[in-house]
Formats: sequence, C-alpha cells, structure tokens
Amino acid sequence: MRKILVGIKRVVDYNVRVRVKPDGSGVVTDGVKMSVNPFDEIALEEALRIRERGEAAEVVAVGIGPDEAQQQLRTALAMGADRAILVKTDAALEPLGAAKAFLAVIARENPDLVIVGKQAIDDDAAQTGPMIAALWERPQATFASKVEIKGATALVTREVDAGLETIEVDLPAVISADLRLNEPRYVKLPDIMKAKKKPLDVIELAALGVSAEATLKCVLVEPPKPRAKGIMVKDVAELIDALQKRGLV
Amino acid sequence: MSKILVIAEHDGSRLSQATARCVTCASQVEGADITVAVFAADPAAVAAQAAALAGVASVVTVAAAHNAHPLAAVLAPQVVKLAAGYTHVFGASTSFGKDLMPRVAALLGVAQISDAMAVEGAYRFKRPTYAGNAIVTLEAPADRILVATVRTASFEAAAGGGSATIRAASIDAALPGHTRFVSISAQATTDRPELTSAAKVVSGGRALASKENFELIFSLAGKIGAAVGASRAAVDAGYASNELQVGQTGKIIAPELYIAVGISGAIQHLTGIKDAKTIVAINKDPEAPIFEVADFGLVADLFQAVPEMQKALG
Ligand SMILES: Cc1cc2nc3c(=O)[nH]c(=O)nc-3n(C[C@H](O)[C@H](O)[C@H](O)COP(=O)(O)OP(=O)(O)OC[C@H]3O[C@@H](n4cnc5c(N)ncnc54)[C@H](O)[C@@H]3O)c2cc1C
Ligand SMILES: Nc1ncnc2c1ncn2[C@@H]1O[C@H](COP(=O)(O)O)[C@@H](O)[C@H]1O
Repeated sequence: MRKILVGIKRVVDYNVRVRVKPDGSGVVTDGVKMSVNPFDEIALEEALRIRERGEAAEVVAVGIGPDEAQQQLRTALAMGADRAILVKTDAALEPLGAAKAFLAVIARENPDLVIVGKQAIDDDAAQTGPMIAALWERPQATFASKVEIKGATALVTREVDAGLETIEVDLPAVISADLRLNEPRYVKLPDIMKAKKKPLDVIELAALGVSAEATLKCVLVEPPKPRAKGIMVKDVAELIDALQKRGLV
Repeated sequence: MSKILVIAEHDGSRLSQATARCVTCASQVEGADITVAVFAADPAAVAAQAAALAGVASVVTVAAAHNAHPLAAVLAPQVVKLAAGYTHVFGASTSFGKDLMPRVAALLGVAQISDAMAVEGAYRFKRPTYAGNAIVTLEAPADRILVATVRTASFEAAAGGGSATIRAASIDAALPGHTRFVSISAQATTDRPELTSAAKVVSGGRALASKENFELIFSLAGKIGAAVGASRAAVDAGYASNELQVGQTGKIIAPELYIAVGISGAIQHLTGIKDAKTIVAINKDPEAPIFEVADFGLVADLFQAVPEMQKALG
C-alpha cells in the first residue's frame, strides 16, 4: 500500500492530575504538561511497523488543533513518521468535526489506511475512528490488538467485551488502536534532530471547508463527587468483621 | 414526548444486562416511550427477554442472516433507517455500543454524547471526561435526533415483569460487503458471575507476580461468589486475560463490593471502580493511592492476607 494516515492528538499528559476550574468552565490546562494521546503513539507505532515490513510506503501524521499541536506532530516525526499535517484551529472540535477534518485530509491524500487511537484521554469520547469510517463509507476495525495486512485486505483482532474477535476488512479502512496492539518505541535524540527537517504542512481548518462550531453545549464542568473517607483496619479479622457487619461476605 | 430507540446487545440467545441498564437510563428521560431494537439472525428469544423489561413499550426485531454477528458497518445503516421518527437512539457504552453508535451518529450527521451517566433533561446529560476527573453537563439541540451511549455502571438494570409488544420490521438499506466477521474466541463460559454485572468483584494487580499466583484471586472470588477483575499491569503481564481489565480502557463497574489486591490505584484504574459501593484495598505500601478511595484499607502482604481471609471465611 502507498500511504497510512495516523491521528496524533495533543492532550493533557496521562500522568497529570486534572483539576476543574472553580468557575465550572473547563479544566486547568495552563502550564500543564501536554503530550501525544497514548493511544495515538500506539497507532503510529503500528503504522511504522507496517511500513518497516515493506507493506506501506509512507506514514503521515495528522493533527487537528492549535499551533502548539505542532510539538506533538514533531514527536510523531521523531518516532518515524515521514511527514505531518496540522489542521489548524483554536476551537475545541467535537469528534464529528474532527472526523470531517480528517475526511477533508483523506480527500487530498488518498490513504489506504487510517489509524487513530481508540479514544482520546481528554474527552474520552471514542468516536472519531468510527465517524471517519462512516463519512468515508469505508470499513472500521475498532479496539485493534493485532493487525495483519494481506494485500488489499486487513485481518484485525479486536478486544471486545466477550474476548477477542477477528474481522476482515477491505482496504482502505479505518483502524482504532487499543492498548495491547504494540509497545511504542522510544524517541532517540538524533531522531529529534532529524524530525526538525521533516515536512510539516499547516492548513487552516476553514480552508478545508469544515465548520468548527460545536453542536453540544457545555453547560458545566465539575469535579466528581468525592468518596467518603474510609478507615484503615489493622488485620484480616477486623476487615472480615467490618464486611460482615455490612452484610457483604 | 421522547421516543427512544434502544439498540439491544446480545449474543444471539441472551439479552445483555447492559441493555437493561440502558433502558433504565432511557426511562429517566421525561415522557419516555421506549422501543428496543433487536438485530439478529433469529431474534425471537432475545426479543422476548427485551419485552419483559419494565419500562419497555415495544420491541422491534430485524431478522437477517447478515445480523448474525454484530458488525458496525452493517448494522449502522439499518439503525439509521429504523431511527426515523425517534427523538433519541441509545446504546450501551460497551465494546458493542462504542463501535456502533458513533457510526450511527455520523451517518445521521449529529454529535454523540458518550457515556451518559446522569439524565438532567431530555437533551441534557452528564458524562465523565479525563478518566472521570471532570464531569461535564452537555446539552444537545432539541430539534435533532440525539445519539448517546450509556455508562452502564451508572444505572441499575431495569426490572422484569414487563409485557411489551413485539413486531418484526424488514429494512431496506444498502449494506456494505467490505467488512466480514471471521471468528470470536470468547473465554470459556464459567459459573463465575460476569464482571460488569456482578455484585462483588475481586481484582488482582501486578503484585500477584505470576499467572499461577493469580489463582489466589480466583479462589478468593470463588469463596465469596465474586467475579474476577484485573489491573492493566496484570493483564499486560499475562496473569489474567484482557476482558478482565478494569479501568478507563477496560470495564467500568459498580459492584456492591470491590476488593483490590496488590493494585496501586492509578487514575486509569480508579475511574473504573469509583461507583463501587464498598471498596476494600489490600496493599503492602501504606502510601498506595488506592487507599485514598478505599472504605476499608489493609496494609499487608497479599500472600499472607488473602489465604488468611479465605480461612476466616470458612
Ligand atoms: C492510556 C492509559 C490507559 C490505561 N488504562 C488502564 C485501565 O483501564 N486499567 C488499569 O488498571 N490500568 C490502566 N492503565 C495503567 C495504569 O496507569 C497503571 O499502570 C496500572 O493500573 C498499574 O497496575 P497495578 O496497580 O497492578 O501495578 P503497580 O502500579 O505496579 O502496583 C502494584 C501494587 O502492588 C503492591 N504490592 C506489591 N507486592 C505486594 C504484596 N506482596 N502484597 C500486597 N501488595 C503488594 C505495590 O505496593 C503496588 O502498589 C492505563 C494507562 C494508560 C497510559
Ligand atoms: N484533534 C485531533 N487531532 C488528531 N487526531 C485526533 C483528534 N481528535 C481525535 N483524533 C483521533 O481520534 C482518536 C479518538 O478520539 P476521540 O474520538 O476524541 O476519543 C484519537 O486517539 C486520535 O487518534
């Protein structure tokens, strides 16, 4: 195959303990560490392995977001993506908007495969992959834990609630990466230097004819209800006693 | 009035409890008129179970060989056809619903509300973001169909005793042939309770250190009639199979009792258990974050504490 597009979203790093703004308008992101969405690193790693096996010629990282999202695209280039595209917008796009932006990039790039993360760890929406596939009228293989390219088709093992499901999809297709698909590689310093010279195109979202307007109104953002403070028991006997009093064992 | 279509989840013979929870969420929408849709090769048995759920007004079945295994690309165009005239389409936030519903939403050209956890109005729902660290209240436009997935841990399963009408529908939609089911390797069904619906769950973490040691978790669970769960670290290390993973990217559960054994309590794990009524943590590190959410914490070596518990329980 010629080309794989990979979604690279800039998100709050997974180690950050996210705090809600006191006015309920959102979460604190000022001065907070931002990273590539962990599932997108896995998506990219898979694309790179497919290319390294000689089954694809080119891997293109696609990010939709503000100028700063170039940092995450540079990380993707350092990992090994051949080039990157930033669809620039300062608006926080809903997954449907992101899918429409992807579709516009797909129309320009004509990829054989699009790999995204199964979910972004900020909105936890898990929507963009299936939405791209729907708008593109192509197959989707979500929650992938194994991908085998067989010529014009892909055999994908999916992590579903009941166990592992295998489906076969015709290419082009959309795959969403689950945690156990692979272990992403570490970026080495020389690669970071090399990545600076790789092409990174910036396209305005509006130039793709995609609206940034949100259809869901965010009324309030609040912290979760805290759990009541628990107690420390001194031994197993006290634990069993406490559970028996609650009628739990 | 809200006309709500709930997409049934099933294995061909049994209706999933996730659907019963979805129905409860739907019934909390004011003036809800609930229809459950069953797509299957032979929907009769599942339809009968759906019709018995309290709060369900009608069941519509779509029998077709291509519905034998749920494939989002094949189901979505059928759901879209069936959804005409409905105000809401709900599916459970399970691997089935998460695969299907966004495809339905995109075909309908609307945004989706993922993981609805509380009903605030017919078009207003709360949902968790940032692994449950920020709860967002969203309002969808009332002049469009609303597509949502339902966070099953937030709703009890609808009771039985209903007697909804059942009708068969035939759907004329162009279905793609580009996606084909090959196989599924489900875990051998055991007599243990199912993780997402169990009243009690015992989970093990990295501290178990081997697949053999993980038997300790199975045997404690067996003793108290609990389902078994695992942290991602335990799954990745191969001590437990992947469908047992609890957390942000595993299963979100809300049992009466959750016992976490040798699990540190990473944010991604906690998001899966926050709604448990009683949380017990056994960990040898008194600083482990799991103790911050535990109702009962025991600082101990699990290899002593767990056998001791078994003995105490007789
Ligand atoms: C995007 C993303 C998604 C993730 N999703 C999930 C998810 O869905 N679910 C999930 O669980 N994790 C998830 N994780 C991983 C998560 O961050 C943690 O790495 C993981 O939960 C750690 O598992 P653990 O607690 O078993 O292991 P550790 O963190 O290694 O904890 C082991 C604990 O065992 C204790 N211990 C050691 N020996 C003993 C003993 N003999 N007796 C008693 N206690 C002992 C230690 O004190 C320690 O607290 C995710 C991570 C990322 C980046
Ligand atoms: N703004 C974005 N930029 C790049 N990729 C994105 C963006 N939004 C979503 N994606 C991709 O879609 C996946 C699922 O996102 P979501 O539907 O928001 O949970 C992510 O893991 C990314 O791969």
